[in-house]
Amino acid sequence: MKLKKHTKISFLNYGIVILFFIVVQILASGGMLTNSLRGQLIPILSYVIMALALNLVVGISGELSLGHAGFMSVGAFSGVVVSMSLAGSIPDPTLRLFCAILVGALFAGIAGVLIGIPVLRLNGDYLAIVTLAFGEIIKNVLNCLYVGVDGSGLHMSFKDTASLGLAADGKVLINGPMGATGVTKISTFMGGTILLIIVLVIIQNLVNSRTGLAIMAIRDNRIAAEASGVPVTRHKMIAFVTSAAIAGAAGALYALNYSTIAPKKFDFNTSILILVFVVLGGIGNMTGSIIAAALLTILPELLRKFADYRMLIYAIVLILVMIAGNNPRIRSFLDGIGKKAKKEGAGNE
Amino acid sequence: MSKEQQDAILVTSHLGIDFGGLTAVDEFNISIAPDEIKGLIGPNGAGKTTIFNLLTKVYQPSRGRILLDGKDTRSMSPVQVNHAGIARTFQNIRLFDKLTVEENVRIGLHAHVKYGMFSGIFRLPAFWKEEKRAHERTLELLDIFGMADMAGVRADSLPYGAQRRLEIVRALATEPKLLLLDEPAAGMNPSETEELMKNIRKIRDEFKIAVMLIEHDMNLVMGICENIVVVNFGKIIAEGTPTEIQNNPQVIEAYLGGRKEEN
Repeated sequence: MKLKKHTKISFLNYGIVILFFIVVQILASGGMLTNSLRGQLIPILSYVIMALALNLVVGISGELSLGHAGFMSVGAFSGVVVSMSLAGSIPDPTLRLFCAILVGALFAGIAGVLIGIPVLRLNGDYLAIVTLAFGEIIKNVLNCLYVGVDGSGLHMSFKDTASLGLAADGKVLINGPMGATGVTKISTFMGGTILLIIVLVIIQNLVNSRTGLAIMAIRDNRIAAEASGVPVTRHKMIAFVTSAAIAGAAGALYALNYSTIAPKKFDFNTSILILVFVVLGGIGNMTGSIIAAALLTILPELLRKFADYRMLIYAIVLILVMIAGNNPRIRSFLDGIGKKAKKEGAGNE
Repeated sequence: MSKEQQDAILVTSHLGIDFGGLTAVDEFNISIAPDEIKGLIGPNGAGKTTIFNLLTKVYQPSRGRILLDGKDTRSMSPVQVNHAGIARTFQNIRLFDKLTVEENVRIGLHAHVKYGMFSGIFRLPAFWKEEKRAHERTLELLDIFGMADMAGVRADSLPYGAQRRLEIVRALATEPKLLLLDEPAAGMNPSETEELMKNIRKIRDEFKIAVMLIEHDMNLVMGICENIVVVNFGKIIAEGTPTEIQNNPQVIEAYLGGRKEEN
């Protein structure tokens, strides 16, 4: 059977993820995985998922979001609360991780709806401005949020731990600027890989369907899309809310890999870091996002000595990519390579 | 309302729009029969494209009303107008550049492909069935203009004439009752224009739809339009069959310039 181009790309992406999983498993069983690298596995998966989610907004929908770390933190903290408060009733960690990710996605999705309803009706760069503010606001709200749990249920306060009014058996889950402390690490590499595969299925199938076509049509030409009977706001919402929910799931996976997680982890720099993954991997290119996010998360770990210069290198690489991408000669050179590869591919069929 | 107006697919009455202090269109009254090919001509800046934008609700009229198949379009959005039966092409081509020819047409089919977002994500049977049907329909539509073999080509790499034709196919895919063509022959050579004229007639006869077109190529306008409306400075200055229009002194004046009035 002759496969369509985008079907091939989808399978390539599944292949990359499965290959990565197998390689890690082989390395782990051979004892070749250092401890620091082992600790990076789940962050890598989380950032890859974040990059895919942001690419859905930036690449497919053509809007700019500068606050995706905000959605990640909503997912992270709601996931932590779910996981810790269900520790008694659901002893199985895998099932609890599943619940935490689901609830994290749900809450981040709701945040996405709340932001999307007013902003996505407008045309222009408003989404970038509002998401930038959202990221900062959510960080500050979480900085003064206290959540505890005891026999009678969840307690919440914006003052301090004392005002939670916990019973003697109570436990503080989120402790203001300290964040969530004493979290049971239940994220597993296997669980993260499965989540990544599910996210890939959702994003790729969405993009390669009637809905995805409509989203891309709005990106390419809003007026023509409207004249062709495509409802604009609805499709922008679908892309944005899906992306926010996936970011929430990634946040839950990320947070449950650490025993302590503070709100300041999900600041503006994290949002930009994810945007860098998307830009470097190629806007709208899912394979690129996977590779860029994975490489740029591992690199500082491998080149620990140079970690101080990471931001500097990012800036330089970004500028170089921009120059290369906009230089007609380099472009035509790259297009030429693409065409040649296509010709050879066609010859083989 | 006259008998003719009752049968009409589109009726406008006292339609007008102001931009600030400037009246771009005023007292625009026309009716289009369900299988008519109507021409809309006039000098540059006469307000022709503005009229198309009013009919498709890209602009909200300042005055008057538009009845599309008996329904008032006052509260409709451009998307709803499209669903109600008006499709259009654009003077400055507006294709989805990064998508293929097939995908461009598929977007026109958007409202007629019946599966939801979840069927799409989980690849339920509805997805496969509707995708297959949409694919076949797309090739059928492209075949009208002999473009089926270009289905996989990116829209922005098509030659100019083919881009114009693709816009028409995309508009047809929305299954309109009235097709508005904004300068369909612009940039086409005489043989392409000849081909286009044949195709516009074919579309009208096969799809049983009304066509209204803006065009500066008088051979095309006089050759295929049954009725012509001439506008100048936002107002209708003449209306009638091609022969009537060609002999109308006001039209000749609008195009060639009249004798200066002496003070």
